[in-house]
Amino acid sequence: MFGRKRKVGDFSSEIEAHIELETERLREQGLSEEEARASARRSFGNVLQAQERFYESGRWLWWEHFWQDLRYALRTLRKSPGFTVVTVLTIALGIGATTTIFSVVDATLLHPLPYAEPEQLVSVEDNLPGVGAQDVGMSQPEWQDLQRSGIFEYVSPTWFDENNLTGSSQPARVRILLVAPNYFALLEVKPQLGRAFNPEDQSPGLLEEVVISDGLWKRVFGRDPHILEKSVRLDTDLYRIVGVMPAGFDAPGRTAEERNIEVWAATSFYGTPLPDQPPRTWRFLPTAVARLKTGLSAGEAQSRVDALVASLQKEFPGDYPLQSAWSVRLVPLQERVVGNVRHSLLLLLGAVALVLLIGCVNVANLLLARASARGREMALRQALGAGRKRLIRQLLTESVFLSMLGGMAGLLVLLCAKQSLLRLLPEGFPRLTDISISWSVLLFALISSLVTGAIFGLAPALHAGRLDLTQALKEAARGATGSGEQARTRRMLVITEFALSVVLMIAAGLLLRSFWDLLNVRLGFNPQNVIAVRTRLPSPNFPKNDLYSNAAQETPFLREVLRRARTLPGVQEAAIGDTASIPLDQSLRELKVISEGQFFLTFEGRDIQEDQPAAVERSSVTPNYFHVLGIPLLRGRLFGESDDDKAPQVAVVNEAFARTYWANQDPLGRRFKRNRADSAWITIVGVIANARTESLSQADVPQVYLSLYQSASRRLAIFLRGHLDAAAIPERVREQLQAVDPTLPLSGAQTLDETVSASLAERRFSMEMVALFAVTALLLAGVGIYGVISYMVGERTHEIGIRMALGAESRSILRMVLRQGVGLALAGAVVGLIGALIVSNLMSGLLYGVRPTDPLTFAGVALLLIGVAMLASYMPARRAIRVDPMVALRHE
Amino acid sequence: MSTQDARERLELLQGTLDLLILRTLIFGQQHGQGIARAIQETSEEELLVEHGALYPALQRLEKRGWISAKWGVSSNNRKARFYSLTAAGRKQLVRETNKWKRLSGAIARILGAEGA
Repeated sequence: MFGRKRKVGDFSSEIEAHIELETERLREQGLSEEEARASARRSFGNVLQAQERFYESGRWLWWEHFWQDLRYALRTLRKSPGFTVVTVLTIALGIGATTTIFSVVDATLLHPLPYAEPEQLVSVEDNLPGVGAQDVGMSQPEWQDLQRSGIFEYVSPTWFDENNLTGSSQPARVRILLVAPNYFALLEVKPQLGRAFNPEDQSPGLLEEVVISDGLWKRVFGRDPHILEKSVRLDTDLYRIVGVMPAGFDAPGRTAEERNIEVWAATSFYGTPLPDQPPRTWRFLPTAVARLKTGLSAGEAQSRVDALVASLQKEFPGDYPLQSAWSVRLVPLQERVVGNVRHSLLLLLGAVALVLLIGCVNVANLLLARASARGREMALRQALGAGRKRLIRQLLTESVFLSMLGGMAGLLVLLCAKQSLLRLLPEGFPRLTDISISWSVLLFALISSLVTGAIFGLAPALHAGRLDLTQALKEAARGATGSGEQARTRRMLVITEFALSVVLMIAAGLLLRSFWDLLNVRLGFNPQNVIAVRTRLPSPNFPKNDLYSNAAQETPFLREVLRRARTLPGVQEAAIGDTASIPLDQSLRELKVISEGQFFLTFEGRDIQEDQPAAVERSSVTPNYFHVLGIPLLRGRLFGESDDDKAPQVAVVNEAFARTYWANQDPLGRRFKRNRADSAWITIVGVIANARTESLSQADVPQVYLSLYQSASRRLAIFLRGHLDAAAIPERVREQLQAVDPTLPLSGAQTLDETVSASLAERRFSMEMVALFAVTALLLAGVGIYGVISYMVGERTHEIGIRMALGAESRSILRMVLRQGVGLALAGAVVGLIGALIVSNLMSGLLYGVRPTDPLTFAGVALLLIGVAMLASYMPARRAIRVDPMVALRHE
Repeated sequence: MSTQDARERLELLQGTLDLLILRTLIFGQQHGQGIARAIQETSEEELLVEHGALYPALQRLEKRGWISAKWGVSSNNRKARFYSLTAAGRKQLVRETNKWKRLSGAIARILGAEGA
């Protein structure tokens, strides 16, 4: 399209050469210089015309016309500032919002993870679909099998944990990731200081070296340049610091906690403190990352892994019972990191694109109205010889120019408001730091502006192209505007607008209802006035350093902490549990799955082989826990102080557990045990009511509670109920804890209200955003219908005047106008409801408590829209009935 | 309506001019003025080529790849743009010549019959 092969100057000099040659020839024939030149020019004809013809054949004209149109557009837009401002703002809103969401989608879903050859990186997920268990982790021998299979360059289990960092001023909780020595080689990242682990190291136990994050280096060591000569104490064990990772390096994890690692320690996952030969059935490695061999596609790798799994099942039939249906799935690492937010992000992108579309339709409507007002101008242009294509081009240039202005304005707002917009994202959103106004985001804004301009400019432009000259000139002279066809287009546009708004409103309505239902769900426990303060007991690598190796050793500590906690100001009741017992806690979800959480059971007198899924949620608590949380006892008894390591093991289960495993029988006195050879039998002594401590959206998750005095845990939460000063209490608890053991850190503190609300953060985010977009859409649609009805009323002023003069009541005029508006809205609503059915089915995974076809939402939205349409048509209707018949008749 | 007539005439003229240019170039490369002269002289001054119309025609032929052009020096030492026939142009010439012969033959037969 751009540039021409031959320059204009080249052509001119060719013509000059021609005239020179001709002059010369004529002179040779005996003419005088002047005569010869004149004759040569004459016989050439019109030099200018020849040049012009050449010029028009080229592409310069394209640019020329473009500039012409642009200058003209600028002039006309400046002449109608109101129209220009409204249009640019509408487009700025649409493009700005769309680009904002796109920048998030771009950073999280489209950009590959910031590691070398990220497409070769996968996460290894072990599933036991036969017993309904997902992502159960792998055993050490299985890891070795994968490592040796030849499918992967490297495989590294990753084990997220907390650790107590001591030696600095205050014991601190750090996030540690236990990895294989090949971890950094696998990700192909290098420390900014020092070195990573030796990937070939296979020695038993934990390596005595750690790599730390830039953040920890800054926070705890004040960027000490001699850091590599230092050692740290983690859970009382001494480690050498051998490397510092660069700032901005995030571990590829599923939750924010898992991504924001502060210390990496390496091990081959056998030898003290682990068993020398961990058994195949002990799935203690929660998850693994792996790099596929170069050239191996994900599909090939998966089928080779499937083959490996099948052969292992044959080789070790005792370890892999057929009915558990063990399988290993390779998941792209990116999916693991951002999988949680993919759905809601795509929903948002769809919602915001709808808003943009509605904005387009509105602007198209405005342009149409303008185009008919400019009918005379267009007709005149056509009469003066402007071609149909040329007119369409002129109008499209104008609309694209408008949308570019809007796009730029939107982008400008986005650039200014970037920080505050980022704050809207829920905490712990993946790849938050990668979100930026990158080139691809700019390109997106540019393309969407161009497309937007083309979309909303097309209808008016095509109309202008189809203009009937004589008709238009006549009409324009009369002052009436707009052909029947144009009015039809305009009505279609409003119907489209309403249909799109209905889709958005219904999506928002369903999300809102889900959220509302979740907020008002009966929790089954009372989070009010309860604070959970977390700490963690160290777990040294060598048993002789371990002060809390079993329940017998830990119980006196627990009792002392409880005694001291009860003396704190405002505390009425106190209890301790492991972190799995914190209701609805999302931040430590990974931890729960790993070391507490799911629990495989064998029931007394039943063969596990033929039993239903028996993986249940489990937590350990002190006797007062149920009191503090307000969970009522239904049958039997709760734990007592005497249920300690000397007494037989007991359990309290919830109703869902009782109903799942002892459907019509009394569960009290029944026994079960962990699915491990050395576990003791556990007797059920009590049944409590179901409480939504696992998940807000699921009412009946089977749960088992063990006595913390019998089944110890190192990750502890101290629950305090009373009228507490939430700001001061954690510090008080720390003092009391450290009075008992000065090496203990405070790992975190949160009121249970906060935990409950945090568990809804992601839902709240997408609900709020979609609702925001829906309201915008509704406003735009309202403005759209107002514009069209006003226009229609304006067109019919004359007719209304006659009707009134002939005695029509103002009420009937009002009804007539309203009927038109509501008719449009109804047509739009019908189309929109069909669209909404499709969309709501697609988003059924995001809903809770409402069906995708929830009649209340559908009817409510339809009514709301019709209400808006009535309101928007009422104002022009009022104007219509105030028309003075005389004025209207003279209007002609 | 007059514009339409003019366009038809122009088209006819263009077609013929193209053919004549191609035919002239069969004797070797030539510049614009030379082509104009050659047509005029060969037709024994029957055809008057408007030199101004020649150049857009050359432009068109060049664009279609039937002739190619480069700057050179004329026999009397002047700078000029020289055109020469390409292989495609040669084929086109044969095609066009045949067409023209059939057309003129047909017209001649009709006119001859009428004249008789």
